[in-house]
Amino acid sequence: MTAAANVSTSSKARLPGLAILLVLASVAVMGVLVLFPLFIVFKEAFAKGLPTYLAAIREPDALAAIRLTLLVAAIAVPLNAVFGVAAAWCIAKFEFRGKSFLLTLIDLPFSISPVVSGLVWVLLFGAQGWFGTWLIEHDVKIIFATTGLVLATILVTFPFVARELIPLMQDQGSDEEAAALTLGAGGFTTFWKITIPNIKWALLYGVLLCNARAMGEFGAVSVVSGHIRGLTTTLPLHVEVLYNDYDFVGAFAAASLLASLGLVTLVLKTALEWRHSGELSASRRH
Amino acid sequence: MNFQPHDDTEVTDQSLEISGVSKSFGRFPALKDVSLQAKDKEFLALLGPSGSGKTTLLRVLAGLEQPDAGEVRFAGEDFLALPVRRRRVGMVFQHYALFRHMTVAQNIAFGLSVRPRSERPSKSEIADRVADLLKLVQLDDLGKRFPAQLSGGQRQRVALARALAIEPRMLLLDEPFGALDAQVRRELRRWLRDLHDRAGVTTVFVTHDQEEALDLADRVAIMRDGELIQLGTPNEVYENPADPFVYDFLGAACRMPGVVEGGRLTVAGWESKAPKTAPQGPVEVFFRPDEVAFGPIDGPGLAAEVRAVAQRGPDVRIECVIEGEIFELEAHGPTLPNGVAPGLPLRVKPLRPRVYPLATA
Amino acid sequence: MSDQILPNPSVGGAVARRRLPRWVEPSILPGFPLAMGITLAYLGLIVILPLTALAIRPLELGLSGIWQALTEDRVAAALKLSFGLSAIAALVNAPLGLLLAWTLTRYEFPGRRILDALVDLPFALPTAVAGIALTTIYAPNGPLGELFAKVGIKTAYSPLGIFIALLFIGLPFVVRAIQPVLQDIDREVEEAAQTLGANSLQRAVFVVLPAIAPSLISGVSLAFARAVGEYGSVVFIAGNMPMKTEIAPLLIVIKLEQYDYAGAAAVGLAMVGISFGALIVINAVQIFLAGRGRR
Repeated sequence: MTAAANVSTSSKARLPGLAILLVLASVAVMGVLVLFPLFIVFKEAFAKGLPTYLAAIREPDALAAIRLTLLVAAIAVPLNAVFGVAAAWCIAKFEFRGKSFLLTLIDLPFSISPVVSGLVWVLLFGAQGWFGTWLIEHDVKIIFATTGLVLATILVTFPFVARELIPLMQDQGSDEEAAALTLGAGGFTTFWKITIPNIKWALLYGVLLCNARAMGEFGAVSVVSGHIRGLTTTLPLHVEVLYNDYDFVGAFAAASLLASLGLVTLVLKTALEWRHSGELSASRRH
Repeated sequence: MNFQPHDDTEVTDQSLEISGVSKSFGRFPALKDVSLQAKDKEFLALLGPSGSGKTTLLRVLAGLEQPDAGEVRFAGEDFLALPVRRRRVGMVFQHYALFRHMTVAQNIAFGLSVRPRSERPSKSEIADRVADLLKLVQLDDLGKRFPAQLSGGQRQRVALARALAIEPRMLLLDEPFGALDAQVRRELRRWLRDLHDRAGVTTVFVTHDQEEALDLADRVAIMRDGELIQLGTPNEVYENPADPFVYDFLGAACRMPGVVEGGRLTVAGWESKAPKTAPQGPVEVFFRPDEVAFGPIDGPGLAAEVRAVAQRGPDVRIECVIEGEIFELEAHGPTLPNGVAPGLPLRVKPLRPRVYPLATA
Repeated sequence: MSDQILPNPSVGGAVARRRLPRWVEPSILPGFPLAMGITLAYLGLIVILPLTALAIRPLELGLSGIWQALTEDRVAAALKLSFGLSAIAALVNAPLGLLLAWTLTRYEFPGRRILDALVDLPFALPTAVAGIALTTIYAPNGPLGELFAKVGIKTAYSPLGIFIALLFIGLPFVVRAIQPVLQDIDREVEEAAQTLGANSLQRAVFVVLPAIAPSLISGVSLAFARAVGEYGSVVFIAGNMPMKTEIAPLLIVIKLEQYDYAGAAAVGLAMVGISFGALIVINAVQIFLAGRGRR
């Protein structure tokens, strides 16, 4: 790993005292600020023993929440992936005016609160939203229904795939595609056989991050959900509902599932960064 | 197409005709009304400094750029009407553009494997063709390797094999040896020419290295600022450069101002019979630093004083001052010419001077 | 995408030309119309349409109504709290992030790789999970909350609790912003400083710090932007008392529940506006700093 190679041997030898101090301080900061909360999640989840934990997870509302979370992610993530590839293809391989505006739009969700990302859908489709009356007349449910959850999740998570692909594809240039065309390949063949294999790891990485955020999203879905237990609560919302009801073991049990998702994402993400660093965008290489 | 020495009775005409091609990028004119022809199965070099338009012209031939005006006819056909995919032109890119995710064998087979079903050879035929090409480019055992595992020279040979696999009617090479070091360049140069001769395919080769162009090509097209300056055999362009730019580009040049009047050329106080084709009036006289004769101070030639003398490998560097300017002249062979020593005044007689009108720009 | 054979007036014969709109540079690569179509449709539906609603809805109240809605005591207090604490947390994250990034790039120790990976945990952990975990820790009867309570400091259900949560979620942004720059610092420049007699503190201050200043600012502003809008990690530990520990995002939720769409939109718009304003200022500072380096 390049970071290891970059470590200056002289700094190790020269001030061993300072180094140890800094390392210990770093570990302390990480330990208290980051690791402790993680530990607490699992401690509280299993506070009343394994059987209670399992019962909490198998509880019908919890299972419904899990299913809903999976469903929302299963819709939002592939759509975002398609968008990410399309946007990256335009931006990386073509020159046109308005590119930086497009890039700003894509980065937008990172600068607005998730609550606002949910609010805007209520403004459009809520009972007093722009389309509110039309929706009620046609008995179409968006807010307080799965569709609303999907829309809110998409708004919050759509940049992830695009942001991984754009810098990488810009780096890679268009020479290989041009070569494929001179060799007689058609447009779609070129895209499928040349472009996609070159970006597959970055695509996977982006999908991984997109999925983690989609499954864990709280603020945006909270606004559009209605918190109807068993019907419109995703797993993070289920955590909130249980916690507010003082069902701490239940809440932390559900939270432990989400924390595990976070950990698995971390592990896979790190694995991708270590083993395929050459095929991810430059900022991801360590 | 086979790779044996080609049969002269073959009927396929691979002549290339470019007429009046112009191309601008925004306000920048990359090609200005360029016309040239490449004969059937010829090896044509496009030579020029960067920005001369040679790569743009090559890309027009490949179909990677569309000209704003002009015609390209290949074997009599209107070439520009064909999209890239249907031109059957083998292109070798400057940075190889190998498909990094495919093995060498897969790279070479690519052009064949994307043919429509009806035209596609069988898997075993493709494999045979790949094996033949690997042998041709002398990379026999490297079929299963990936481009990242090859050296620059090897990658370039894979790129060439890949282009040849589709049996191209024309081979286009964009500074193929640009990214390689000198030794590898020289070896690949000879090998490429040999390959061309055996394959019998019209080749257009872009380079900024005049040595390469003069060494390899049947004819050289010298370009500058989007225009074709001169087209001819290497000998023709070297012996009769069309203008000072070409003269300077093709080799080391010494230049001096002079005057031609009534059949006499006067330069630096030396009068001699002007060459037959010399223009009248103020001129610039060009000569090669190694095409001079040194003579005694009372004989014919430019008045000069030797400032320094140095042995440089097989040649001798003789630094002279002529009319206040310093010239680095050369003599071949290990010994100093007679009468040459530092501090000595003598006469320098250019053996084959070229005379051009004095540029007023 | 098929190639169109169009007659080209300036050329004798026909020319195969891809039809790309005039605002795109010509290219032989296929697929632009399709890809651009998908991109614009998606962005139009998912971003532009909703944001237009956000911008227009508050106008129901009229401009003076919007001003009133925003300067109302409760709203003003919430906005001040959110932006103020976010700024402080982001700034405190600067030395913390610097400490971590420095240790991770400059020293080799067992477990370094794991520590490095863990920096991303606050980013990968769902916000609600972080929220309830932090609350449990810093509640008056929680492991750390107890310690603080003994000294008379209230952590959970107070601005301090909010601050800690914001610190948690902002950390990865700062660390990941400076890490690559720290790694790439030209060793030779540091060595040159060494040969000229600078000790390690001087080298750190005069060579390293200026080099990472732009990315440090970038990381801090990212942490700030994230903190301002943060909901899940904060809403549990905050206590949510109006005027005291109520964050702006929560206020939006409350107004929605009261069907005050226009008011909620006004607060949301204000948050977006102030964040953008802050980012523009920060960008300007960065450009200014980068320009100085070039002189």
